[in-house]
Amino acid sequence: MTGYDFPLSGAQLTALGSGALYWPDQNLLCVSDLHLGKSERHARRGGTTLPPYETQETLARLEADLNQTQANTVICLGDSFDDDSAARALPEAEKDKIADLASRCRWIWITGNHDPAPANLPGELHDSFPLAPLTFRHIAEPDTSGEVSGHYHPKAKLRGATRPAFLLDQHRLILPAYGTYTGGLRSSDPALSTLMAPKAIAILTGPRPLAIPMPR
Amino acid sequence: MTVLNVAITNWFTSRNWTIHPHQKMMLDRADDPATLLIAPTGGGKTMAGFLPTLAELADGQHQGLHTLYISPLKALAADIKRNLRTPVDEMDLPMRIDDRTGDTPQSRKKRQRADPPHILLTTPESLALLTSYDDAARTFAGLQRVVVDEIHALAESKRGDQLMLALARLQTLCPNLRRVGLSATVDDPQAIAQFLARHPDSCEILQADPGPTPDIQMLETTEAPPWAGGGAAYSIPAVMQQIKAHNTTLIFHNTRAQAEIFFHNLWLANEDALPIGIHHGSLGREQRDRVEAAMVRGDLRAIVCTGSLDLGLDWGDVDLVIQIGAPKNVKRLVQRIGRANHSYNTPSKALLVPANRFEVVECRAALEAVREGDLDGEARGSGPRDVLCQHILIAACAGPFHADDLFAEMTSAGAFATLPRAEFDACLEFCATGGYALKAYDKWQRLLQRPDGRWQLRDPRATQRIRMNLGTIQDTDTLKVRLKRSRGGKPLGEIEEAFAATLTPGDTFLIGGQTVRYEGLRDMTVEVKRRSGKMPKIATFSGTKFATSTQLSSRILTLLQQDSWPNLPNHTADWLMLQREVSKLPQPNRLLIESFPHQDHPHLCIYGFAGRNAQQTLGLLLTKRMEEMGLDPLGFVATDYATMIWGLETLTDPEPLFDIAALRDGLDGWLGENAVMKRSFRGCATIAGLIERNTPSARKNGRQATFSSDILYDTLRKYDPDHLMLQITRTEALRGLVDFGRIEDMITRIQGNIDLLHLPRITPLAAPLLLEMGKVPIKGAGLEKLLEKEAAELMQKSGLANLPQ
Repeated sequence: MTGYDFPLSGAQLTALGSGALYWPDQNLLCVSDLHLGKSERHARRGGTTLPPYETQETLARLEADLNQTQANTVICLGDSFDDDSAARALPEAEKDKIADLASRCRWIWITGNHDPAPANLPGELHDSFPLAPLTFRHIAEPDTSGEVSGHYHPKAKLRGATRPAFLLDQHRLILPAYGTYTGGLRSSDPALSTLMAPKAIAILTGPRPLAIPMPR
Repeated sequence: MTVLNVAITNWFTSRNWTIHPHQKMMLDRADDPATLLIAPTGGGKTMAGFLPTLAELADGQHQGLHTLYISPLKALAADIKRNLRTPVDEMDLPMRIDDRTGDTPQSRKKRQRADPPHILLTTPESLALLTSYDDAARTFAGLQRVVVDEIHALAESKRGDQLMLALARLQTLCPNLRRVGLSATVDDPQAIAQFLARHPDSCEILQADPGPTPDIQMLETTEAPPWAGGGAAYSIPAVMQQIKAHNTTLIFHNTRAQAEIFFHNLWLANEDALPIGIHHGSLGREQRDRVEAAMVRGDLRAIVCTGSLDLGLDWGDVDLVIQIGAPKNVKRLVQRIGRANHSYNTPSKALLVPANRFEVVECRAALEAVREGDLDGEARGSGPRDVLCQHILIAACAGPFHADDLFAEMTSAGAFATLPRAEFDACLEFCATGGYALKAYDKWQRLLQRPDGRWQLRDPRATQRIRMNLGTIQDTDTLKVRLKRSRGGKPLGEIEEAFAATLTPGDTFLIGGQTVRYEGLRDMTVEVKRRSGKMPKIATFSGTKFATSTQLSSRILTLLQQDSWPNLPNHTADWLMLQREVSKLPQPNRLLIESFPHQDHPHLCIYGFAGRNAQQTLGLLLTKRMEEMGLDPLGFVATDYATMIWGLETLTDPEPLFDIAALRDGLDGWLGENAVMKRSFRGCATIAGLIERNTPSARKNGRQATFSSDILYDTLRKYDPDHLMLQITRTEALRGLVDFGRIEDMITRIQGNIDLLHLPRITPLAAPLLLEMGKVPIKGAGLEKLLEKEAAELMQKSGLANLPQ
């Protein structure tokens, strides 16, 4: 498996090039900010009719990661759906696909700011999920350790190439957005540069994940 | 035939003026449905367009709007308003004249819709916007004539297609509307006439006296032009001499970046502190207005400019035009030369300044073409469907419509006359539902069909968003640049987001001829302080780069075949001779390819002479094949005459790479994946209304609210490969940015005769390519390897690699 291995609070983790996080000791796969149903919400709120294939595409990539890692636990770190009604409005085929994936293993939905309560889907729903020595939640909190979160959609730049990126310091890890139609926030944005410790690194997603000192 | 009111004839007589023959001819044909006038600048062209209007309005009987004047430039609309006001006042004619552009205050715009003037001066975008209101029929009631100025420029762009669709709408509202087009000298007047007239109306073409032959030469300098580059800094002393010897000089550049550098250098050399200004499309409006006003007052001795001054304002005092850099296109050169000396009977005077030695050859070829009156032009093909989609949405803003009626209306525009109904229906379907194979938007369609069969917007509030995104001008994402002050500093202009991203605080760059220091980014505005000295960076502007025309390229190739070049300066003749010694000179019926090592990487240089766009396509096609062959290409750069490719691996057997049949086959697979296609897609999808540049909640912070259009493109390619947007993108790219047609022409020309030379070092003819802007990186295995290496170095240097996490 091509990934970037690193420790966080004693747990040995692997950042995958797809933007997913793998924890071999727990056989756990974690993804953040899927934003499923984004094109539906966009049109509903008066926007244009974007190609309505992003949910299929996101799920296809998730399934590929699942097949590759054979994980038996999946954590979706929040903002899994673009909003609650986008979750309800998903076409049957896509709901079935989610049900199919979720039935293969233990599936944990963390609630996000976009999707406080995605109902009627298989899996457990949590505000945050502790699994020693780590804690999984949607938005990073100050003064924590062993925290895995999402929300910010971080991205970083190397040699002119900007890519979604994991941000990592001694205390926390922030995952990039996994969803197909998701924008990003530069790691140099104050929201991220003040959150992350001075010696933080950014792990760029892509064919091979690449670690660099976090651009500030 | 229209008879001139006595007030008008008296006015001409009182000034000792006679009416020009072409002005008279326009009067004689005032009742024709469409007339095209071709006249040089300064020939009283605008007056010729307006005389019939003045004649018809002279009796003061007409109620409401009578004549609409459309120009491609806002500034021109305002200028014509001033220039028309004076004679109209002097003739004491009872008429109201007003202009309407993006800069007109909201209150005045509202008043114009309710109570329009007799003559309204506007732009294609403002007109399209006017037709999107539900009261358009009332606004345009009584409209008799439309005058399209600088139609030769509009006919080359989607702005013109937008205009013609808007005129089709006006013609529905006002069936007796008569159309007049005013054009500079063009290669194919018939094509412009068809573009102007309602299909299938006839359109007479009137040719005014073209005036005396222009006096045009290459600028003689004591210093030879450099081997490479586009700055022409070497010519500064000679250009300065010319400025001193003339009243007012216009100094044209092909790109904004070059204009900035040249102005900077000119300023440093300006010992007499002559008043010299700079004008280009990326400068703030205030700054451009100031330069234009100074020009009108005759305060400036020279203006360094770009295509932004190709059209428009009549600068009476301009007695010299200097073209810096090769003109790329003979027709545009002739039109630029026409900017000098707007009095009818003096020849325009122009000087060409090649920026490097290759351009010496190109300028020589262009001079000969101008002397022979050999103008170049390329047919544009049928009307673009992305513009059609936008106009369907604009029609929907104005009110419910029947598809049959709209189809009939739109196909009365010349460019869309052959549009098949099925294609129109596909565009309508796209506007209504997105047109996806997956029917996902039943609940949220943009357009709905009512029980009476007419189409309307689902949500009437959508009109606001559609109007906000109207237009076909594609801006790359730019950021405003302001002086840093406690409260909103002075706006200086705009730079591209991609360039802004390369800046770190303390960096200096040139804008509007000043060196400024980057302080930081606030509210999506680049804040800077004035700062002199220090080598400034050059802002990049990926503005339109014209390809050297087929005709001009072929003249250059012919010129290269001479045994010696007595008609070229020695420095250039010697250079060509050296190329002939160490390698070969490209020939019209063969393809020359050079292979040599340079700066750690093997390089290939392919002299196709197919124009910048086609050479770029060739670069993409070849690098794609090299990637497949494991050669790890890293990038390429294309100019009008050659493509240079570099990579990690040396090419040992290049023959299979240049198998022309395979190139043609590869086009399809490759076409989808490259950056040029993605750029075309972004443009088409924006015009067609799939991507909104502006939303009611405009971007306020650094957070990217939307994802890149590339992702939409990739998703469509994967899940809906036949989608309308991909079809439009493909059509567009093939004829414009991709220009595969010219690669095919090149292939036909060389008939399989390929000369591959392995050389120990870079050749005289290849060297200029290294300094070209716009290198295209190949994001393949080669880049991943380099990224990996650089990431490892950064981790090592920073000490983070050895740090326990």
